[in-house]
Amino acid sequence: MTQTPMPASSDAPPAAGPAPVIEAREVTIRFGSLTAVDHVSLTVERGEVFGLLGPNGSGKTTLIRALCGLLPLASGDARVLGHDVTAQSERIRHAIGYMSQKFSLYADLTVQENIDFYSGIYGLRNHAARLRQQELIAMTGLEPYLGRVTGKLSGGWKQRLALVCALLHRPRLVFLDEPTAGVDPVARRELWDMLFQLAGEGITLVVTTHYMDEAERCGRVAYLHLGQLLALGTPVELKRRPEVTPAGWRRVEIVAPDMASLLAQLRRRPTVREATIYGQSIHALVAESDDLADLAGHDVAIHPTIANLEDVFVTIARQRQQQFAEAG
Amino acid sequence: MTSDVLFRTYAVARKELWHILRDPQTLFFTLFVPVVELFMLGYAIDTNVRNMRTVIVDQCGTQQSRELIAMFENSQDFRVVARAWTDRQASELIVAGKARVGIVIPEDFTRRLESGRTAQILVLVDGTQSSVAAEAVNVSNAIALRQSLARVLAGGNMPVEARPRVLFNPDTRSANFFLPGLMVVMCQMMSTLLSAYAIVREKEQGTLEQLYMTPVQRGELIVGKMSPYIVLTTLEFCLIALLMWSVFRVPVHGNFFTLLALTQPFFLANLGAGLWISTRAATREAAGQMAMGTILPSVFLSGYVFPIDSMPWILQPVAYCLHTTWMIDASRSVILRGAGWPELWLHASVLTGMAIAALVLGSLSVQRRL
Repeated sequence: MTQTPMPASSDAPPAAGPAPVIEAREVTIRFGSLTAVDHVSLTVERGEVFGLLGPNGSGKTTLIRALCGLLPLASGDARVLGHDVTAQSERIRHAIGYMSQKFSLYADLTVQENIDFYSGIYGLRNHAARLRQQELIAMTGLEPYLGRVTGKLSGGWKQRLALVCALLHRPRLVFLDEPTAGVDPVARRELWDMLFQLAGEGITLVVTTHYMDEAERCGRVAYLHLGQLLALGTPVELKRRPEVTPAGWRRVEIVAPDMASLLAQLRRRPTVREATIYGQSIHALVAESDDLADLAGHDVAIHPTIANLEDVFVTIARQRQQQFAEAG
Repeated sequence: MTSDVLFRTYAVARKELWHILRDPQTLFFTLFVPVVELFMLGYAIDTNVRNMRTVIVDQCGTQQSRELIAMFENSQDFRVVARAWTDRQASELIVAGKARVGIVIPEDFTRRLESGRTAQILVLVDGTQSSVAAEAVNVSNAIALRQSLARVLAGGNMPVEARPRVLFNPDTRSANFFLPGLMVVMCQMMSTLLSAYAIVREKEQGTLEQLYMTPVQRGELIVGKMSPYIVLTTLEFCLIALLMWSVFRVPVHGNFFTLLALTQPFFLANLGAGLWISTRAATREAAGQMAMGTILPSVFLSGYVFPIDSMPWILQPVAYCLHTTWMIDASRSVILRGAGWPELWLHASVLTGMAIAALVLGSLSVQRRL
């Protein structure tokens, strides 16, 4: 073990204030020959809403599990709330909440029974348990559903219950692994409102998601691809990154009546690198040298635009694949 | 800190009890199947051979031959269902399944008897049911021997007479033999299955992953989950014992609480096996099959049905490695022979040792890390 200059006594209370909530340095996790998380370093500050993005199998869930102390690190080290993930995982589990991508409460028990069970395993007793439960039930509006069997609730209400169960012990850090998968838009927005309320109370949130609009809501976003951290920053920073819109290129939005044929036409042009349909328009990455003058007609409108987060991640992932292919 | 452990364990146990109560169907079948089994074995199965269907071929037709036939009938082992005139007819009846035994008294039976030569009778036995065949051979030999002795001694006293006295089960009732074993096997099945299901269900539903993220410890999870099932299995054991005593009139000669105390390490050993299964099975179906796999050797090798003494020598040590063997023997000892702690300390220590071993192995295999 390397000696750190800081006196890292395991009994010392976690430093409050400036110390980051999550501090991961070169974290690597292997399953046999597969490297699921490859030298990932990141820090998350108190009260942040931190988005963890990436395709399925990119290592998001694995990273979260490792930060909870459930997986051994092949190399690197990580501290969560000031505790070492390898040596002090018990302490970490007392201080974090976890809400999984799959609904993972007991479908055959009632809402109240699920809440009571989690109160119990987090060690909340009588009066304290009642007070905290009432507080969270009021926040989520679960009151009318307390006697219902959990399996019969809709997706949105199930996720609210899962959130209640994850917050009972007043965690300072909550991991939400795809909390809104399969939840309707209204319930999604309401859930996010609650998450921001929590962040306002100083609770740190780490959220994985596939929805770009949710990624936009995050304070900072990390993009994982094949276990590697390819991008990290605020959504605005990421969109402005030079490799997303390289010098000599610009992003445009094109509105046209026959978008399918226009898309095919654009993709054949050597001066167009990316072209994708977004609803009623096409987003394209076009060389500055090409003014697309031959396309402009009376019903074709071309506006300059900036990259959105999806453009960012697609571009970065493709660049990485190209590098990979070139490297052999 | 200790109170935290107890509090979390209690929370897990309480939740497990909710699961049990929320699913009355499973609860009903768990409790009900052993009772059905009890009634089937108690009423239907009688391994004692009586009233074997018999065909008589009396080619002699004398007073002596009729006396001999009467002796067969009076033994209550044979019931004459047909009379025939030739050996051939008798074997046809046996082949057709109408009779199990044929008794053929040849024409010269009386003549040979009176001239002092050995008179022979032919006993045809259907060997397809081995217990029936063995009984028919034994009883007819005994009758022939008795007849011979009576003639040799010509009215004198029998020089030697065996007076069998069957201890502990004077009527040699099958129920007395089977039911104390049945209680054990049924409760083994129940506790192994329930404990395996308890963990596999959480795996299947993905709730175990959530639990790993909480402060709950491996030991708390195991003890909390298992304790409701120990209580449930103990209650079931008492229910079967009550029915056995009240409906089937199997007398309990020993102290029932001694037996109940002995069941506890036995149940713990089953829970250990259940835990072990739950770490290897991904679904409840797989867990059910694996549990059946562990229960079958217990049924066949534990002396529940087949006496261990008549097993091949190579299987006998295997039988003594099964906890079921020790528990069934303890159950029969207490219920039928009235045994107490002086006779049962070995059973108690073996069962306790096996319980500790099973629980340690089971708990080790439940990995704290996913």
